[in-house]
Amino acid sequence: MSSITKHFALPRLSWRFIHVWRRNAMVWRKLAIPSMLGNLADPMLYMLGFGYGLGRMLPDVFGTSYIAFLAAGMVCSSTMMSASFEAMYSGFSRMHVQRTWDAIMNAPVTLDDVLIAEAVWAASKSLLSGIAVLVVATALGLAQSWLALWALPVVFLTGLAFGSLGLIVTALSPSYDFFMYYFTLFITPMMLLCGVFFPADQLPQALQHAAAFLPLTHAVALVRPLMNDTVPPGLATHLSVLLLYAMAAFHVALALTRRRLLV
Amino acid sequence: MAPLTAHALRKSYGGREVIAGIDLELRPGECFGLLGPNGAGKTTTFRLCLGLTDPDSGAISMFGLPVPRAAREARARVGVVPQIDNLDPDFTVRENLLVYGRYFGMSDARIAERVPALLEFAGLASRAGDNIKALSGGMKRRLTLARALINDPALIFLDEPTTGLDPQARHLIWERLRQLLAQGKTIFLTTHFMDEAERLCHRLAIMDRGRVIAGGSPRELIGAHIEPQVVEVFGDGAEAWVNAHGASLCERCEKTGDTTFCYARNIGPLLQDLEARPELRYLHRPANLEDVFLRLTGRDLRD
Repeated sequence: MSSITKHFALPRLSWRFIHVWRRNAMVWRKLAIPSMLGNLADPMLYMLGFGYGLGRMLPDVFGTSYIAFLAAGMVCSSTMMSASFEAMYSGFSRMHVQRTWDAIMNAPVTLDDVLIAEAVWAASKSLLSGIAVLVVATALGLAQSWLALWALPVVFLTGLAFGSLGLIVTALSPSYDFFMYYFTLFITPMMLLCGVFFPADQLPQALQHAAAFLPLTHAVALVRPLMNDTVPPGLATHLSVLLLYAMAAFHVALALTRRRLLV
Repeated sequence: MAPLTAHALRKSYGGREVIAGIDLELRPGECFGLLGPNGAGKTTTFRLCLGLTDPDSGAISMFGLPVPRAAREARARVGVVPQIDNLDPDFTVRENLLVYGRYFGMSDARIAERVPALLEFAGLASRAGDNIKALSGGMKRRLTLARALINDPALIFLDEPTTGLDPQARHLIWERLRQLLAQGKTIFLTTHFMDEAERLCHRLAIMDRGRVIAGGSPRELIGAHIEPQVVEVFGDGAEAWVNAHGASLCERCEKTGDTTFCYARNIGPLLQDLEARPELRYLHRPANLEDVFLRLTGRDLRD
């Protein structure tokens, strides 16, 4: 078997991944409050600053106030950020700096278990930031329907996709500095192209086509209607794209991490 | 059943063969040492045996379980002390043991039952609530050893267990390892400290360039590969004396830097000659494992 087919062998997962997830949760619990505040600060600043500051000057967007429009975008972008940070900076610390993964793999836990635990953990953390932003948005009267609760599974799936994408970068990264490229080349463009701050149909045609392939576009397309008491049009398509991103990115991340660590 | 056997193992990286046909068999309850210079393939051998990398060819079995195919099941019965410290820096001493025990599928209650005795064993009973960052190097190594024992393993892998420790800390680790042997555990360790190997190991395999080049008990190795007496001669005039007299009074001599090692079965005549020359400094000692090691692997620096 050539090494490429070996690295791309299907994931072999076991329930032992739960213990790795619990380890990360246990560390998080020690720093829960500063971590939550950190997760909230960024989206809040954008939401209040742009929402109220810019929103005053703008007409309604799709029948809602600009700040309500922006709140949905912020739920998605903070999900993306939080999952990416967790999978990259924290994941890299555990893989490379602290060698936590090495220690775990000396026990009856495999790399496949470790990696699924990391992806699910990144999604869990992003779910927490998603919930935090959603709670604030609700308190501000920007999400008024029970349908908004359906945004949470979408947030988790979005977190899984971005967590897995982040793990690909982690597997390739020689150092923390490397992550900057990914943020500049991938995350920042998505912030601007995927409908977080303004409807994507304001963009030139070519950029709209490009944006249609980006995962954040599909997260926004689901969360925004849900927060506005509407069942999202094209529900199945958007969910499928996110699911496909999560699965494909996880498989690639696993292959690259196997190549990096199991030599 | 043998705790670990490896047969005809081979492993290459990018065309360079780092494990070039290795056979190993550990006996229950023994301490087996893998000795070799840096880059000899010791750590790779460990990784192969633990199923963390696949051999290109050959067969490994731990407690009768085939590795890597059943590596997960095999690792459930094994403890590992890695060369590089990888304790969890975010946790206390006790939490490190708790979290590690969970990876073995142990219940929190079962782990809590085992922790006091393990902390006692590691001499860390009073530090259970301390952060890892507050521990000395020796304490960390002892905690890593305690962590490796959380699942009550029958076989313990130790990769250079005392590298970087001060003499007191090393002696404490050795004493603990002897305790484990007395309990009937099997130990598989790598080291490049010859005194460590001589003190602890029942049997040794000396590795170089991916091969086992000699094996046996420390005494057997010394008996088979080296003359029993050594005189080290050093300082001014040593070289001239070796060339003029010393070389003919011993069976073999080797020069490293400004020291010449003279090996012989009957060292009397050489010592007599040296006693008449107060200007030369020398040291007479029995041959040890280091002499064997240097003879077999050469005196060149390995980086």
